[in-house]
Amino acid sequence: MFASKRLSKELSKLHDKLPPGITLIKADDFTEWLMDIRVIDSNPLYQDEVYRLKFVFSQTYPIEAPEVVFVKDEDHPIPWHPHVYSNGIICLDLLDRQGWSPVHNVESVCVSLQSMLTSNTKQERPPGDEHFVKHNKQRPKDINFVFHDNQV
Amino acid sequence: MDSDDDFNSSQMSDDEFMGGQDSDDSLGDDSDYQDDVGFESQDKDIKPTKHAYEVDFKVFNPADIQSHQDKQVSEVSNILGQAPEATAILLRHLRWNKERLIDQYMEKTDEVLESAGLGETAQTHPPRIEKVPGFACDICCEDGPDLDTFAMKCGHRFCVDCYQQYLQTKIKDEGEAARIRCPGDACNRIVDSKSLDLLVSGRLKDRYQELLTRTYVDDKENLRWCPAPNCVYAIECSVKDKELKRIVPTVHCECGHYFCFGCSLNDHQPAPCSLVKKWLKKCADDSETANWISANTKECPKCASTIEKNGGCNHMTCRKCRNEFCWMCMGVWSEHGTSWYNCNRFEEKSGFEARDAQAKSRQSLERYLHYYNRYANHEQSAKLDKDIYLKTEKKMTQLQNTTGMSWIEVQFMDSASQALQQCRQTLKWTYAFAYYLARNNLTEIFEDNQKDLEMAVENLSEMFEKPIDQLKGLKVEMMDKTAYCNKRRIILLDDTAENLKSGNWEFNVQIV
Ligand SMILES: [Zn+2]
Ligand SMILES: [Zn+2]
Ligand SMILES: [Zn+2]
Ligand SMILES: [Zn+2]
Ligand SMILES: [Zn+2]
Ligand SMILES: [Zn+2]
Repeated sequence: MFASKRLSKELSKLHDKLPPGITLIKADDFTEWLMDIRVIDSNPLYQDEVYRLKFVFSQTYPIEAPEVVFVKDEDHPIPWHPHVYSNGIICLDLLDRQGWSPVHNVESVCVSLQSMLTSNTKQERPPGDEHFVKHNKQRPKDINFVFHDNQV
Repeated sequence: MDSDDDFNSSQMSDDEFMGGQDSDDSLGDDSDYQDDVGFESQDKDIKPTKHAYEVDFKVFNPADIQSHQDKQVSEVSNILGQAPEATAILLRHLRWNKERLIDQYMEKTDEVLESAGLGETAQTHPPRIEKVPGFACDICCEDGPDLDTFAMKCGHRFCVDCYQQYLQTKIKDEGEAARIRCPGDACNRIVDSKSLDLLVSGRLKDRYQELLTRTYVDDKENLRWCPAPNCVYAIECSVKDKELKRIVPTVHCECGHYFCFGCSLNDHQPAPCSLVKKWLKKCADDSETANWISANTKECPKCASTIEKNGGCNHMTCRKCRNEFCWMCMGVWSEHGTSWYNCNRFEEKSGFEARDAQAKSRQSLERYLHYYNRYANHEQSAKLDKDIYLKTEKKMTQLQNTTGMSWIEVQFMDSASQALQQCRQTLKWTYAFAYYLARNNLTEIFEDNQKDLEMAVENLSEMFEKPIDQLKGLKVEMMDKTAYCNKRRIILLDDTAENLKSGNWEFNVQIV
């Protein structure tokens, strides 16, 4: 109830107008949405690529943060970033229990991720990526990330 | 590999262990068991004084914890000249650091009151729910002149429904209380209890109070909750984090659970916390390499028929060819009781064999597997021993009926079972300890102690598996063995703890 009321309001706003580089792909229900983001500046790391984000909402969204991951398919790679694991899991304090505020929404998360990519110059994965991707079985929100820096 | 071993809950009558504890907290009188159990009571070598591996601690029940808080509150309340209720808020705000609160209060009273949500404005303008024209809630996106809204001093205003939903999630789902922040983006304002009173009621408020009480223990460095499921006790121990490389502070809760005060994991003596952490991480990382080892079936080294291990004992006899061998090293068992025994020690191959990188990495894997194998095996055996005990316990009733033994008289099985559990727990961790141990002149004594305890445990484990009709005849022998196992365990723990305290061990990793 709580989540769907808020999400239907967000949805009508998203249909109305979206910031450049952000596209709504799928929002058939109030549990899972797909959004595409592009980096607009000419950052060579992200040239000509479109990234797909999957949002999963709980009943208590936006009190609880949504689960947000990059998804990989034929047309959508996982963007390079020292806070994005190669399986699409994102380590960003905004999406963490401590850093999340219910004031945020799908659009603001997309914008944050977009600007996180825009300002990045490193073609890197987080330290321990290979091991993490191989062994992690936790859901993103249950992982206790240590935020190495907050300049993202 | 699952290294979260069972909670060794037990009603120990082991006075050796209790000896170190403050006597007013001991679990009552052991005298009922003296005739049958009485570990070491006749043994002159071991006095019931504190051992090197024991630390002082106290167990507190919920009422104790509450009265501690009340006492501190009333004490500080007198010093500050504030009402007890406000004092409690101030103390929680400064994480129960009494001295810091008094200092800060004396120095900048208004600032301290303000930051705890008790400031001047809180007195003159107490938090209240109000309707604000032109308001739109940033959480639910509702607007309208009839919407009840709330904001703390930071001005982040939301509708009451959202605020309540937010607080409910924090309290009920996330277990937060003393430090719930304002829902506003990047706002660090803590929701004070006056605001909370206004917004939540009923069971949620009770839960909040309960959690507030819990934060007292969480905030105190010398207090820790017992981690056993549903246990309500807290333990006080003065061992500090920085002492953990010299002490392994195992404490014993009133509920029967033994755990480490330093890291809350199950008792892991003799290995220090930081080695335990490293070891568990290594085991988790290498779980695939090591997986095949913990299998419950192996082939007889002589005739290759499949042998299943269904008890804790490592002395195996092949049903087919009667070959007796050791489950751990697959070596001939007859060599295990003699000076030949070297099942526990890893023999480093002489240096020239491991010249290239590949050989070196192979050798380091072999070394790891040697220790992991034994570590995992004791863990597994402890489980199997316990299974056997549970089966035996059922049969004990029969034993009482058929042999006319009294309930007290059959308690020797219970004592033996507990000794097996505790000794295997210790043995298990001796292997993690040994893995990180660099050889020096003390290592051999350690390995001898490990070997002696291991042999004693295997002997007891073997008797333990005997059919029920033979158990009565083994009673005296088993009681002796049980006492001997406990004694060997104490010797090992004393030696390792003493050397740890004096910094005599050398490790091949940094311990912090
Ligand atoms: Zn609202
Ligand atoms: Zn605020
Ligand atoms: Zn307990
Ligand atoms: Zn520990
Ligand atoms: Zn055989
Ligand atoms: Zn062996």
